[in-house]
Amino acid sequence: MATYDLPTKTGYFGKFGGKFVPEILIPALEELEEAYEAAWKDQDFLDEFKRLLKEYVGRPTELTYANRLTEHYGKARIYLKREDLCHTGAHKINNAIGQILLARRMGKERIIAETGAGQHGVATATACAKFGMKCIVYMGAEDMWRQKLNVDRMRLLGTEVRSVESGSKTLKDATNEAIRDWVTNVEDTFYIIGSVVGPHPYPKMVRNFHRVIGEETKYQLKEVEGKDPDYLLACVGGGSNAIGFFHPFIENESVRMYGLEAAGHGAETDKTAATLSIGSPGVLHGSLSYLLQSNEGQIHLAHSISAGLDYPGIGPEHSYLHDSKRVTYKAITDAQAMEGVKLLSELEGIIPALETAHAIAYLDELMPKTSEDEIVVINCSGRGDKDMGTIAEHL
Amino acid sequence: MIKEKSAHRITQLFRKKNEDSKIMSLFLTAGYPDLESTVDLILGFEQNGTDMIELGMPFSDPLADGPTIQYSSNKAIESGITMDGIFEMVRGVRKQSEIPIILMGYVNPVMRYGVEDFCKEASDAGVDGLIIPDLPVEESGILEEKADHYELPIIYLVAPNTSDERMRLIDEKSEGFVYCVSVTGVTGARDGEEVSKSVARFIERVKQNITKNSTMVGFGIKSHEDAEKIARDMDGFIVGSALIETIRSNYPDEGWMDEVFAFVRGLKYGNN
Repeated sequence: MATYDLPTKTGYFGKFGGKFVPEILIPALEELEEAYEAAWKDQDFLDEFKRLLKEYVGRPTELTYANRLTEHYGKARIYLKREDLCHTGAHKINNAIGQILLARRMGKERIIAETGAGQHGVATATACAKFGMKCIVYMGAEDMWRQKLNVDRMRLLGTEVRSVESGSKTLKDATNEAIRDWVTNVEDTFYIIGSVVGPHPYPKMVRNFHRVIGEETKYQLKEVEGKDPDYLLACVGGGSNAIGFFHPFIENESVRMYGLEAAGHGAETDKTAATLSIGSPGVLHGSLSYLLQSNEGQIHLAHSISAGLDYPGIGPEHSYLHDSKRVTYKAITDAQAMEGVKLLSELEGIIPALETAHAIAYLDELMPKTSEDEIVVINCSGRGDKDMGTIAEHL
Repeated sequence: MIKEKSAHRITQLFRKKNEDSKIMSLFLTAGYPDLESTVDLILGFEQNGTDMIELGMPFSDPLADGPTIQYSSNKAIESGITMDGIFEMVRGVRKQSEIPIILMGYVNPVMRYGVEDFCKEASDAGVDGLIIPDLPVEESGILEEKADHYELPIIYLVAPNTSDERMRLIDEKSEGFVYCVSVTGVTGARDGEEVSKSVARFIERVKQNITKNSTMVGFGIKSHEDAEKIARDMDGFIVGSALIETIRSNYPDEGWMDEVFAFVRGLKYGNN
């Protein structure tokens, strides 16, 4: 993979991606694409984005050497990219800030978003509070119960949280409702999508707002180790933290990358969210990507202990990286993820989000294959406070 | 050979349209309110003044639809509707009727069935056209060639925010008619007054830019009076959610189907 220049102008990563939306949204997507492309070339926009990432988000986030975790496995040296140290407690804020700046540039006043675990909702609510914009977040009723703390945070930040009672009452249905709102209020509303999913240009735009994760990792590791990593590990639901982390390394083929998706009760069971492991290509929420679906093309309900990974689709770029074998995707069960939470908490004093714990859990399989002169970096996408209810139940 | 017959049905319908009356198309979710009733409903609709049928292929995540059609889709999926079941329903109608039938639904179930097999089976069953709301002209390559091969017209949509230039492109690509979405929003019955106000300028633009095809207007029409106002300068109108709601409020009471047919007659001819 010499040069990597995807998506294409029409939003395709190989056969994945595209713009599968109702006609009403096409003008909105064209307007967004134009505004985004112009902003991304505008030094003033980039400077303001960078300034906010530094002053408000707290970037660069640290790259922490995990000495006890390294000793535990006795193989490659393990580093943690600390997105859990971002303001609001997860990487999601990078993208929320980026899209808010874009919304302001486009003169849109009303912001909508969907959220699963609530981290994207909190990040969006935070950015809206910071800029004094009206914000409505759609959240599945089931997720509102699982992530009560984040619901309270959003409300405190002045956001209206709308409970979604349809279907699985989780992220999939919250996304349907957000799209319906957008279809209805397309003139004055900006839809902040929280992952590298949805119609073009969202997967590209969200990826680029998160690229800072991988870029920082690259120079931080160069400073302490003088080289690129050998292995990168990140959890994958929609896949935004993973793509931002991986992207700056895609052209360096000596970097082996692993995306860890949620197997739930097991990839072979019907309680799973392991889209790439057992799914098939199809269209959901505006793009063509791998999906969990029935023989009739009805979307399956996903299951994961982590509300943030509980989604039957995945970003189209991940589908491409999976098919092209540039990234290896593995499925981690709920039980393994819980072990991952315990391991990082006990050995490093860092309680990871349940999402992140899927990446930690993969160390058991990966580490024996590594050698002492190699380097593993795990993206700690978020902190575990929001999951304490779920975690406590399983301890 | 099969296709000559089906493309024919839509063209014929518009060709023989009476100057003074509007074409009425009704949307029905296949398999709602139950698997057995769909064929009887379609035949009854025809007997009560319906000119064309849009038969919905239920999808679990219908993001362009409001709660009414989402509800009927979920009921149909729960009762075990399949794509082959839908083709069977069309065959059932074809034994007794030549009413134009358009399949309407989301692209994922079509892709899952296999685009070529889908077009072949649909054509073979006697389907006259396809409406896929989440397949804008940009992405139509996925379907167009196969649909063309089996001579299945694809009907595209225009919305109030569609530019003039784009309307002309959609007119060019569309076959049979162009579906004019009267409001920005999802499907569902609305206040008729509100719709007719916002729709006037849109219809003006539709008339200027859509010249090759006939035009049908849909979204938000729930009565004969709405249809008269909103479809005044169009070739016809489409009713979906209001019909599904009528079915929902009468089913499964005794004589529910007669109530539904009375509503259909009212839509076409008014209640006087």
